[in-house]
Amino acid sequence: MAVCVAVIAKENYPLYIRSIPTENELKFHYMVHTSLDVVDEKISAMGKALVDQRELYLGLLYPTEDYKLCSYGYVTNSKVKFVMVVDSSNTALRDNEIRSMFRKLHNSYTDVMCNPFYNPGDRIQSRAFDSMVTSMMVQVC
Amino acid sequence: MEGLTLSDAEQKYYSDLFSYCDIESTKKVAANGRVLELFRAAQLPNDVVLQIMELCGATRLGYFGRSQFYIALKLVAVAQSGFPLRVESINTVKDLPLPRFVASKNEQESRHAASYSSDSENQGSYSGVIPPPPGRGQVKKGSVSHDTVQPRTSADQQEPASPVVSPQQSPPTSPHTWRKHSRHPSGGNSERPLAGPGPFWSPFGEAQSGSSAGDAVWSGHSPPPPQETWVSFADTPPTSTLLTMHPASVQDQTTVRTVASATTANEIRRQSSSYDDPWKITDEQRQYYVNQFKTIQPDLNGFIPGSAAKEFFTKSKLPILELSHIWELSDFDKDGALTLDEFCAAFHLVVARKNGYDLPEKLPESLMPKLIDLEDSADVGDQPGEVGYSGSPAEAPPSKSPSMPSLNQTWPELNQSSEDTAIVHPVPIRMTPSKIHMQEMELKRTGSDHTNPTSPLLVKPSDLSEESKINSSVKFASGNTVDGYSSSDSFTSDPEQIGNNVTHQRSHSGTSPDNTAPPPPPPRPQPSHSRSSSLDMNRTFAVTTGQQQAGVVAHPPAVPPRPQPSQAPGPVVHRPVDADGLITHTSTSPQQIPEQPNFADFSQFEVFAASNVNEEQDDEAEKHPDILPVEKASDSASSLRVAKTDSKIEEKTAASVPANVSKGTTPLAPPPKPVRRRLKSEDELRPEVDEHTQKTGVLAAVLASQPSIPRSVGKDKKAIQASIRRNKETNTVLARLNSELQQQLKDVLEERISLEVQLEQLRPFSHL
Repeated sequence: MAVCVAVIAKENYPLYIRSIPTENELKFHYMVHTSLDVVDEKISAMGKALVDQRELYLGLLYPTEDYKLCSYGYVTNSKVKFVMVVDSSNTALRDNEIRSMFRKLHNSYTDVMCNPFYNPGDRIQSRAFDSMVTSMMVQVC
Repeated sequence: MEGLTLSDAEQKYYSDLFSYCDIESTKKVAANGRVLELFRAAQLPNDVVLQIMELCGATRLGYFGRSQFYIALKLVAVAQSGFPLRVESINTVKDLPLPRFVASKNEQESRHAASYSSDSENQGSYSGVIPPPPGRGQVKKGSVSHDTVQPRTSADQQEPASPVVSPQQSPPTSPHTWRKHSRHPSGGNSERPLAGPGPFWSPFGEAQSGSSAGDAVWSGHSPPPPQETWVSFADTPPTSTLLTMHPASVQDQTTVRTVASATTANEIRRQSSSYDDPWKITDEQRQYYVNQFKTIQPDLNGFIPGSAAKEFFTKSKLPILELSHIWELSDFDKDGALTLDEFCAAFHLVVARKNGYDLPEKLPESLMPKLIDLEDSADVGDQPGEVGYSGSPAEAPPSKSPSMPSLNQTWPELNQSSEDTAIVHPVPIRMTPSKIHMQEMELKRTGSDHTNPTSPLLVKPSDLSEESKINSSVKFASGNTVDGYSSSDSFTSDPEQIGNNVTHQRSHSGTSPDNTAPPPPPPRPQPSHSRSSSLDMNRTFAVTTGQQQAGVVAHPPAVPPRPQPSQAPGPVVHRPVDADGLITHTSTSPQQIPEQPNFADFSQFEVFAASNVNEEQDDEAEKHPDILPVEKASDSASSLRVAKTDSKIEEKTAASVPANVSKGTTPLAPPPKPVRRRLKSEDELRPEVDEHTQKTGVLAAVLASQPSIPRSVGKDKKAIQASIRRNKETNTVLARLNSELQQQLKDVLEERISLEVQLEQLRPFSHL
């Protein structure tokens, strides 16, 4: 159900960003970018607590003006952030579903990381990762 | 398609070719692989070949029949002669030279005119052939020139050496070679563009150029080489290839040669299964991979860490993206390390890629690593096309934790095992139901001296000892009655108080009564008390009946005449209120007793009595006083006890008989109730004294009858004892009834007094 999935590196540059091809893809990119601010805010807010106590799933970052698109955040222990923009118009996605989607993302990202041929910081070009993201996005349409 | 007319020479040539292609000796169908190779050897452009195949109808049919083959050959000749390909041209073009195939082909043909065994080194379906040494792939085009191949066969042994070197060297030659070459399964997809393979054939036609040709091909171009390239290959394979050849070409050639020999060997092997999965690893290849693995990780059961693997495969000069994808495919369990199987798969993929095969999206089955456990479970057969791996699983490091795929593979196993284990739901064990169970319980209990009132239903009363019989009878009685549960309840509730043995019995009793009825729910507390069919009575009757027979048990009323009947049955039989009232009273009293609140006590007493029938009676004596507050009752009870000790059977029979008689054929429970009720009302109506006297009278009668029992019965001791027991029970019941009535009397008297007082209080007012 995601319309846009993005993997942001620790330094806040995108490792992977992909959205459903629409005319205003840029809007999604912009949303992701602005979501990063919210993500950083959430991360820093919990900074006092131990890192491992911090929950990975950040939840709804903020809805857009038209309340159709919501972005959700998820940050790994290595400060790699996953941002997902979902279209909530057709079905009301439950929190659990979002969590499971992030879990899948995280797993796939881990698999990518395990690949010795992948240098952290490179753009993610794994086909498996792509297919997994596609499966997540296909559900919507 | 019009008929094909062939000249004699053509006929012969075609048939020879057909035989050559007919690797399966079907005489009807030419192996697609062979045909394709043949056509490639014809040095025709891809599209031409495709067209030919279309025209001859092979694409339609999917295979090359003899006619199709001949037509195709004719078309090849047509094409080679430069004529446009058309169906008509088959016969129109006259004097066509025989279709030319790569020299090697013809040579092969000539050499193996008679031997068309597919195992011949010629063209193997290179599709499956992947030269062991990566990068040497070019040579893989197997069929290679036999000329080159044959001499090289001796150099097979060198292969292991060269390949070792190849990893460093091959990359240079191969890097840009791969073309979008879809996997070409041997013999399959004849429609596929024969871009890659084609050129190989021609170069292979040349002896020495075989290797170089391979290189040339590799150095070739991603898109299907244009025809001119082919031609160029054919014409100047050496030059073109040499040009693109790596500086180490010389060495490469040697390696290529060795590889070629190896590949041919592989091909030969592969040809035997030319239609197999192209991704299968041949033994030679596998051996090569294993050797490579050893260079990195001596322990075959160990892992190759990701970094080492990365270095190793980077040498193949494949782009990182490709390598990354290969890694994704081959690292099955995603642990960042490669086991031997994974390594071989990765290596195989690298080689394939270097030879121009596109990387699959999914790991082919034949490359999937298998775990040892799967091997052990003999699930190997489940995996098709994994023949190549048959040997490998043993090497699969057992330490590798089962990954997803292995899990998937183990599913069939697990399912089987699970079936074997048979998930068993906790089968509720009926405490009572089964006869067998009952009997078992019975047998267990028979060991105990206690007469278990809970003995299994009289399934086999004969098998039961006295106690068991009693128990069964008791149980039966309880079971029969609607309130059988209650009886069991009473049993269950009481035992705890009485003693272990009794308790034990109780439990059984609680369970046993249900033989006749479906498994009873947990003993219902209420039934046992008050007006419910007195368990005691039931028990008593059951005991008595049990004593009688199994059949008797089922029908308490059907109790055969017994001494007790003389005493109790008499009274019990009738229920008239009058003279027989005594009898009825007697009969009912026992029944009534259960209704009384202290029914439990009675049951306790009874059970205890029953249990102690064979034991000292002191307990009973002690218990009795406790249970029966009424002195008279106690006296009678004691007397009863004595009597009981004497003859259980009699008392039981007495109890049962009365019950039976009174109830007739009805279950014990219902009859007692009405009887009891009636009696109760009667009792209430009658002066309590009368009841008492009646009771005592009854008791006396019972007592009186008891002595007569032995005389009248004249039965064996068991019967006597049974009757004694019954009598005792009856006595206790009566005693209880007596006590209850006494209590009622008191209450009533008090009430009367209070009412009178009130009346007097009111009277003065009324006066006013």
